[in-house]
Order: sequence, then C-alpha cells, then structure tokens
Amino acid sequence: MTEKRTILSVEDLTVAFNMYRKGGFKKTDLEVIHQLSIDVKEGEIVAVVGSSGSGKSILAHSVLHILPKNAKVGGKITFDGKELDEKYCRELLGKDIAFIPQSVDYLDPLMHVDKQVIGVYGTKERQREVFNRYQLDERVDKLYPFQLSGGMARRVLISSAVMEHPKLIIADEPTPGLNVEMAMETLNHFRELADKGTAVLMITHDIDLAFEVADRIAVFYAGTVVEIAPTLDFIMGRGFLRHPYSMAFVDALPQKGFKPIDGKQPYAGDLPSGCLFADRCPLRDDACAGEIEMRDVRGGKVRCVHAT
Amino acid sequence: MQLKAENISFGYTEKSPLILDNISLTVESGERVGIVAPSGYGKSTLAKILAGYRMPTSGQVLLDGKPLPKSGYCPVQMIYQHPEQAVNPRWKMDKILRESWEPDEEILRKMGIEDSWMSRWPSELSGGELQRFCIARVLGPETKFLICDEITTMLDVITQAQIWHLLLEISEERNMGMIIITHNSALAKRVCTRIVDLTKINNVHSHTHTHFHDHEHGDEEGHTHH
Amino acid sequence: MSTHTHTHTDDNTKKEKRFEFNRRSFVSIMVVFAIVYLVGIGLWGLIMPEEAYAVDYGAKFVSPEISHPFGTDFMGRDMFSRCIKALSNSLIIGVLASIFSSFIALFMGVSSAVFGGWVDKFVNWCVDLCQGLPHLVLLILISFMLGKGVKGVTLAVIFTHWPSLTRIVRAEVMQVRSSQYVQAAYKMGKTKWQVAFGHILPHVIPSYIIGLILLFPHAIMHEASVTFLGFGLPKEMPAIGVILSESMDYLATGKWWLAVFPGLMLLVAVMLFDVIGDNLKKLWNPESGNE
Repeated sequence: MTEKRTILSVEDLTVAFNMYRKGGFKKTDLEVIHQLSIDVKEGEIVAVVGSSGSGKSILAHSVLHILPKNAKVGGKITFDGKELDEKYCRELLGKDIAFIPQSVDYLDPLMHVDKQVIGVYGTKERQREVFNRYQLDERVDKLYPFQLSGGMARRVLISSAVMEHPKLIIADEPTPGLNVEMAMETLNHFRELADKGTAVLMITHDIDLAFEVADRIAVFYAGTVVEIAPTLDFIMGRGFLRHPYSMAFVDALPQKGFKPIDGKQPYAGDLPSGCLFADRCPLRDDACAGEIEMRDVRGGKVRCVHAT
Repeated sequence: MQLKAENISFGYTEKSPLILDNISLTVESGERVGIVAPSGYGKSTLAKILAGYRMPTSGQVLLDGKPLPKSGYCPVQMIYQHPEQAVNPRWKMDKILRESWEPDEEILRKMGIEDSWMSRWPSELSGGELQRFCIARVLGPETKFLICDEITTMLDVITQAQIWHLLLEISEERNMGMIIITHNSALAKRVCTRIVDLTKINNVHSHTHTHFHDHEHGDEEGHTHH
Repeated sequence: MSTHTHTHTDDNTKKEKRFEFNRRSFVSIMVVFAIVYLVGIGLWGLIMPEEAYAVDYGAKFVSPEISHPFGTDFMGRDMFSRCIKALSNSLIIGVLASIFSSFIALFMGVSSAVFGGWVDKFVNWCVDLCQGLPHLVLLILISFMLGKGVKGVTLAVIFTHWPSLTRIVRAEVMQVRSSQYVQAAYKMGKTKWQVAFGHILPHVIPSYIIGLILLFPHAIMHEASVTFLGFGLPKEMPAIGVILSESMDYLATGKWWLAVFPGLMLLVAVMLFDVIGDNLKKLWNPESGNE
C-alpha cells in the first residue's frame, strides 16, 4: 500500500460547553468530546460510528468551526497539513471542504434551492446534472427550503456538497429520510468521489451503512474515538479488533451474537478520569486509571493500554 | 387475543398516491411479528394505523373483532423511534413514567431503570435510558399488544441488545403480542417469531412517493388526521 | 485552536466559590431593575396627591431647577409630578389593555389551533385584516367610534394588539399538539382536559408571557400616540400624550423642558419593557440560554 496523504487530521480534540446548571446562576463546563483523535486520508471513507445524541456531530461542528459560542475547544485540527483555523476554514468551505449537515436549517430559508446549491463556484449545468442524479426535477429548482420534504431536503444538501470535487466531505448522518435506492446512490457517489481522491468523513449511527461503504471505521464511545480500524476487521469479528468496547460492540450486533454487556456509557460532564470504558471492561486493572494514549496496533489505532 | 388489520390502504389525500395498498395482517397474543422493509415502504404509517394514531383511508383495524377504542387506555400501545420526542421535556421522569399507571418495583428493576433517574429531566438522560421509560410506561396491565417502530434504531448496538433482551423477557411472561417494525433484518431474525416482508405485500412502488412526499422514517408529523 | 487547555475544569471549581458575573446574572439584574422602576412609577403615580401637580399661576414656565426638576407649564403645574402621574396612568392603561388583548390572543390562538378548519381560517382572516390595516388608523377609528376617553382608547388598544400574539400562540399549540408525547398521552387514556392542562398549557405559557410583556411597550406607545393626536385620553387627565400635545404650543417659544422630559420618561419606560421581554426570552430560550 502506498502512503496516502492525510487530508484531515484531528489530534486530541476536547470540546466542553460552558453551561448553566439547572435553574442556577453558575456556569460549569460540560465536557462532551474528550481527547478525540482521527484522521482521514485522500481517497478514503472513514465512518464514525456511535449512538445518536452521543456528541458525534460535535466532532463535525468543531472541524468546521460552527460550534455555539459557549464551546471551549482544545486540540489540533489540520487540513492537508495546514492548521485549519476559523478563517482558513471559511476560505475552504464550499470549495475544498463540503459539509452535509443533519438538518435543513443550514439552508438559507429565503433563497431558491438551485441558487444555494450553485453557490459561489458552481454552474447551472452542473447543478442540473447533480439534481438529475438525485432525482430532483426542474420543479425543485425554484422551491424554498421549507417547501422540501425531509428526503428531498436531504438530497439537496447532498447535491450541494458534491457540486465541485471537494478534497474533503464531512457528512453528518447523510442517509436518514432517503429510500434505499437514494441511500445507495449517495453511498456510491461518495465511493466514486473517494476513488477520485476525495476524503470522506461520514458520521453515522448506522453500523450497516458503515460496513457497506467505509474503508475504516472509528468507534465513538463517551465522547472519544476508542478504536479506528479497517472495516474488514469489524466484519471478521471480535478476534480481529483491538479495543474491548469494539469487541463488545460487535458481539451485540444482531447479525453476530446479539449479546449485550452490562452498564451504560458515562454521561458527558460526568466522565471518569483515565479510560472511559474501564467500569464495563473485563480487562480493567490499575493501569486503566491513568492517561490513555492512542496507540498503533496491528494496522489500526486504539486507545487502550491492554490492546494487543 | 388477536389484532387484525383488514385491507388497510392509506394515502395522505384523496389525490396523492397510496402509501399502503390493501395490507392485511393478523397477530395473535404471544406472537412477535416483524415487519421488515427499507425506508419508503410505509412502515411507520402502518405502525401508526395499527396503534390507532391514524385512520386508514380504507380498511380497518380490529382487536378481537372490535375496532380500537376511541378514548380511554388503548390496549394497543406504541413505542417510538425517538424517545426524546415521545416524552414531555417539561416533565420529570417520575411523572412521565406514571402518566398512565403505577409501575411496580419489579418492572422497574427488570427494565433497568435506576431510582436516581426519577428526579431528572428528560434532557439529562441518554436515548437508551429514555427508551426504557417509554417502554415501562406502556406496560400497564391493560396493554395487550405493543407496536415497536424502529425503537432501537437510534441507540448503540449494546443498548439495543440490552433493551430487546428485557422486552422479550417481559412480553413472553405476559403473553403480549408484538409488532416489530424495523429496517434491520438481522435484528428481526433475532427477536421475531414471524417476519413479514412489507415490500412483498405492499403493492405501491416506493418510487411513487419519493418525489414530493417522502414521509419515510416516520420523522415527519403534522399530517395526522384525527 | 491549537492551545491545549485541559485544565479548565479545575479553574471552574475555584471560580464557583465567589459570585460569577456572567450573562445570566447580568440579565437577571437588568430585569429586576426594570421591573422595580416600572412598578415604582406606577405605584408612585397612584398614591400621588393631586396637590403635587396643582395649578399655581404664580410659577408659570419655571425652567428646570431643584424645586421643579422638570420645570412647570403654562398653568404653573410641577412637570415632574405631572410626568410621574401621567406615566403611571399610561402604564396602568397600557398594561391592563395588553393583558386583556393577550386574553383575546390566547383564546383566538388556542381555538384556531385546536378546532382547525373554518375556525382556523376565520382567525387567520381576522389576523390578516387587523395587520393589513395601518395600526394607528385602526386605533383612532375604534377609539373615536367608542367616544374617545379612557374607555375608547383602552378598548382600541385591546382590539388592535392581539394579532401578533395570536400567531405565536397558535403556532405553539399546533406544534405541541402534533408532538408524539401528546399523541401518546391520548392513547394512554388521557382526556382532552388532562392533555390541555398537563401538556399544552405549560408549553404555551412561557411564549405567551414573553409575548405579553413585549406587548406592553406597544400598547403604551400607541395609547400615547392616540392621545397626542387628540383621540384618546381627555385633556384634563395627566397623560404623556396630553402633556406632549400641550407642549407643542410652547415649544417654539423655547419651553423645551415641556416636551423633552416627558418624552424621555416615555421612551425609557418603553425601552425597559423591551429589556424585560427580550432578556427573559434569552434566558428561556435554550439556543442562547447558555451564552
């Protein structure tokens, strides 16, 4: 395998929200992302998999610098080797970086959708071409976002991301609301773009979707990524994985063992020190209480001191 | 007991294309019937009709030969995909849990509901924890059938397996009938006693409503006709 | 971005010990101050004896000084006392009119959302009609028809200020009514009344109260405008509109204090209501509640 260029690299990202306690006047920090590291190389689709509402979207929002004002961010994000700060991100967004958000609220409510999709750099021809591919006919061009149904809006959002040939696509739950045909079309399109060199970071709660299209899967647990490994390792089963949570995760899949482990993910803001999975882990010992580094193990990355 | 759907058809308006076309289905107590189809085949709509949330354009839903009651506690209860939308954000968990009946310690222990959660607001619990409440609150003695509409789709797979193990245990004990709506055929194979492929019995082409009215995934409300 | 700051949790526990001057406490202080000021003026005016702004021809057109901070007018009345009394009158009329107007809005909005169909169409038609006509013209028309005076202007304000709040209430009710938890409540055997009091009202009340508070400044401003134009409160009653319209006759002769102080008092009162409403909205709105 030839060494590919890393397009997006996130190192030790920590995000905390400064929030009021219920009914109080004092603010406390609620840490939602904890020392998260992930990278996406050119031509590669990386899926971040985790339960809904666990803060996966915040990863996308921090990369794009669209977090709410009360967020405190630490860590390092680079794009193609250069630090991706807010200003640089604004320059790249819509051209080199494309974002497929979860909600239509990101569209301008007062603008016809075709204009929005064309944006600054696109052409009408290209927009029609993309819309045709996503079965959006001419009538859709002159609709306002509020007139779109859920599935249509999703397709409009996807279309605007694939107008150019971006170097990086960040897709936040791209498929809910789409029928199978459209969902597959979207995934195939991601694959095509990836084959032409685009890096795709796909955030999803749907492990089957990740299995379908991703090259590597990042397992998101309690605000961090505990393991990044080739998709094949996940399909092969627990013996090929590195982190005890990934193994428990695979065991619980209905197509595998459907056997759950006990316990629950710790809350954001109530995260234990040391390994976040320790209280549910069969391998737990004193070493788990310390700082856990992300390590390279057998062609994957893992945040566990016991992984071999 | 028996829950029966007779020749159910549904379209949003008279002119719009049918989403469900002539569906018939019978579920007995103790049975767990999986309704499996990808998005866009009207699964969620069928769930709402079976639970009495929505009236079919034609056809009827019968419980032991009688239509579902229009008021009072409904013996057919539904559990939703998004538990955070199914609870009042201004109520504390304790009140939410006891909206219709007084669940005993036994049920709470079985559902894995912890005492400390009772005094919290819904926003302070995770999806999996909320879903446990949503299940427990409809396990009243009058509940005979449960309709589960993608109830673990938004949860992580470990929580999914936890919840299904609990639910299977309780439903077997109480000899409840269940209709399990899911796009995940592996899950259906695990939990159902019988599987119905909606793509085979629903004759509408999923393509017809992808254009201007795709109401897949059951996320879209607001068209409810009462 | 690249700064590694993992120590903020420690900083925060230290900070908690002393009073934190953040936006929530700032906003709360503003709101409390505004309420105290407005209620204070309202009460002061109510208990003020008539002698405080009695006619005194010996002291006509006194420019502002210690004994008459706002000066006196053409009949030698103390403008400071008269302003307080006038503002108090305006506040009381405005608040009462807003409250009654908001009842109309609540009733119309709720029935529009609950009954739907032609009721909804009718309510929307009324809203459009009311909002389509120029506000002031409608106010003058209604006040004039009802014989002006306190009754005329109050009713005019009541009958013209409900549309925007009606829209808000209607939207809130519609939203909560179609929510899954309300639908589930019906299936769990809850009656319409139980759902209305358990789920729908608690959801609507916060928006309703904010809408009501934001209605006050409009009502007060419009009452003053109509009175100023001579279609509202009677001349003999101390009211900001009356004072301002009287001052017009003397403005050209350099009696600036007759208009400036009452005008400022009105402006400040109106702005303070906006402060209360906007800030409460910020505190209750989860989107900005944590800033």
